[in-house]
Amino acid sequence: MKFITEFRRSELAEGVISQIHRKSKTQARFMEFCGGHTVTIFRYGIRQVLPKTIEMVSGPGCPVCVTANIELDKAIALARIPEVIIATFGDMLKVPSSYSSLQEVKADGADVRMVYSTIDAINLAKQNPAKSVVFLGIGFETTAPIVAASLLQAEEEGLRNYYILSMHKVCPPAIRAILNSGEVKLHGLICPGHVSTIIGSYPWEFIARDYSIPCVVSGFEPLDVLQCVYMLVAQIENGESKVEIAYRRGVRPEGNQQALKFMEQVFEPCPAQWRGMGEVPDSGLKLKRKYQHFDAELAFDIDPGPTHEPKGCICGDILRGVKTPLDCQLFGKVCTPEYPVGPCMVSSEGSCSAYYLYGEGFEG
Amino acid sequence: MKDKILLAHGSGGKLAHELIEKNFLKALANPFLVKWDDSAVFHLSGRVAFTTDSYVVNPIFFPGGDIGKLAVYGTVNDLAMSGAKPLYLSLSFIIEEGLPQSELNEIVDSIQKATQETRVEIVTGDTKVVHRGSADKLFINTAGVGIIPDGVDISGSNASPGDKVILSGTIGDHGIAVLSQREGLSFSTQLESDCAPLGSLVAEMLAASPNIHCLRDPTRGGLTTTLNELAKQSKVSIRIEEEKIPVREEVLGACEMLGFDPLYVANEGKLVAIVLPEDADKVLKAMRENHYGKDATIIGEVTAEHPGRVVMKTCLGASRIIDMLVGDLLPRIC
Repeated sequence: MKFITEFRRSELAEGVISQIHRKSKTQARFMEFCGGHTVTIFRYGIRQVLPKTIEMVSGPGCPVCVTANIELDKAIALARIPEVIIATFGDMLKVPSSYSSLQEVKADGADVRMVYSTIDAINLAKQNPAKSVVFLGIGFETTAPIVAASLLQAEEEGLRNYYILSMHKVCPPAIRAILNSGEVKLHGLICPGHVSTIIGSYPWEFIARDYSIPCVVSGFEPLDVLQCVYMLVAQIENGESKVEIAYRRGVRPEGNQQALKFMEQVFEPCPAQWRGMGEVPDSGLKLKRKYQHFDAELAFDIDPGPTHEPKGCICGDILRGVKTPLDCQLFGKVCTPEYPVGPCMVSSEGSCSAYYLYGEGFEG
Repeated sequence: MKDKILLAHGSGGKLAHELIEKNFLKALANPFLVKWDDSAVFHLSGRVAFTTDSYVVNPIFFPGGDIGKLAVYGTVNDLAMSGAKPLYLSLSFIIEEGLPQSELNEIVDSIQKATQETRVEIVTGDTKVVHRGSADKLFINTAGVGIIPDGVDISGSNASPGDKVILSGTIGDHGIAVLSQREGLSFSTQLESDCAPLGSLVAEMLAASPNIHCLRDPTRGGLTTTLNELAKQSKVSIRIEEEKIPVREEVLGACEMLGFDPLYVANEGKLVAIVLPEDADKVLKAMRENHYGKDATIIGEVTAEHPGRVVMKTCLGASRIIDMLVGDLLPRIC
């Protein structure tokens, strides 16, 4: 079986699309939580092929986008310390913080290295014993386990110049916050695929149970998303609300136990700042006391100064699904991928970037 | 230290002469170079195409090629994209001190083979050696001249509504092959760069139809960038179909892993041709008979609405804009 082309076959897609059209009677609004799904939806034009009864809204599931300015400011303050090497995933380089970006401080002489994994960051620390390597721990449950594993490795090897700035976030509390706010009425949720690979499908049960909202975990190919939409429509038309998996090749109900064990060993829940949502209880991950010597915030005395939000940017509202990029006065004029104002235009999985690159609203 | 390139090799003195004689002339000697004059002197008649390019690929050896072969093919291809028959090339090396002579020799040999295959001659050259850290192993700059046959008029501004858009083969092979070898990212793949000379392919296409409107090789920035350039230059729209674009399964897989879109990944042996609708089948047939065009296929057409835009019909039958690459391709977080 081929895992990509098989899930992009137009004749199969046609069949699912016509089944959705036949089944869907009730007006419904679905949110795709994950930025990866947003990209699939725009890249393949999924909104264009769905019936008028279905409205799709994008959620906050882009780790770069939801990182609050205060956290980015801390990363930049760390980068400005001469003996610090910042190791980061490439996505973060261009994100504008209150006053600068990692890309800019790098051009000014800060030592900022793009890495592809925590293994590279660990190696950097070994190769530069006189320096301190700070890995920017950004990402959801997908990335947190590998960062946890890197700390366990550093601990075992006695590596004393490796730190992390934990900006990790976990997804279920954020969805709860969106549902509790009542700002957007949702009738179905496309649950994140990669996150669910780690945490499984059980953590989404509360949504179906407490809020009576159908949930389906989806993969990232166009057929995955169409299948997921069909399953959501079927639940609605059958008057059900339960959690289903449309991504069985990647997700088991119980998740990845080994990865979860690493996470639990190293991290504990804490309140976290989400761009656009403010502080969400238990939605962050901080280092447990036993591993606090790896915490960059405790190890270095940093003063990021006051935070500042770009004027006119509505990334926060877009992340909550309250507004779309087309509602933003800056979109496509002042704010473009070349000169981004807000993070949703920078990240490849951000809504603004997807709207801009794939020409949403364009009548072809 | 005899086996490494030293700063003195770029000094113009004895070591520099030794380098030219033993490393370069031995492989590349021809009547122009053996004269040791300051410039090459030759006659040209007809319309001349003239191009220049620099090569900084990292790593300098990659599956399916190396920086030397890439430099010759790249320059020859730029000339061929104007419909020109490539004739003469210049070749300048900027070498970081410490480069093993064996690696330099391997690259010069590769250049020699590439010039032989493409029937061009290196007629002038230069070498500079810079301090460690001032360059990354080896940079190559080239220039090339060629002659355009009478009756051929190829330009990025010639596309007109109704024309067909032909792609010569699979996309993304070069970019992914090079990335697979890059430090910190190495992953194992059977994939090789598509690095190839396109002069013979173009000559056979022109023999099938001298009226080809546009030719361009989608190198950095990938197919999308090339199509956008052509649409903007010609003030037309280009509509393509996603399902018609050939992409290898390995390239798709690597792109998924890295968060890239193959439409933006570099190629070094492919071309896009825009031709009159009545010539499309003839040109396509000629392309498929050439080794470097055997997977050629019509991927779309030129239309009048939305000038400057490239629109793609997705595999679901929806339409979307495909825009130029912004910045560099960056791997994603999750």
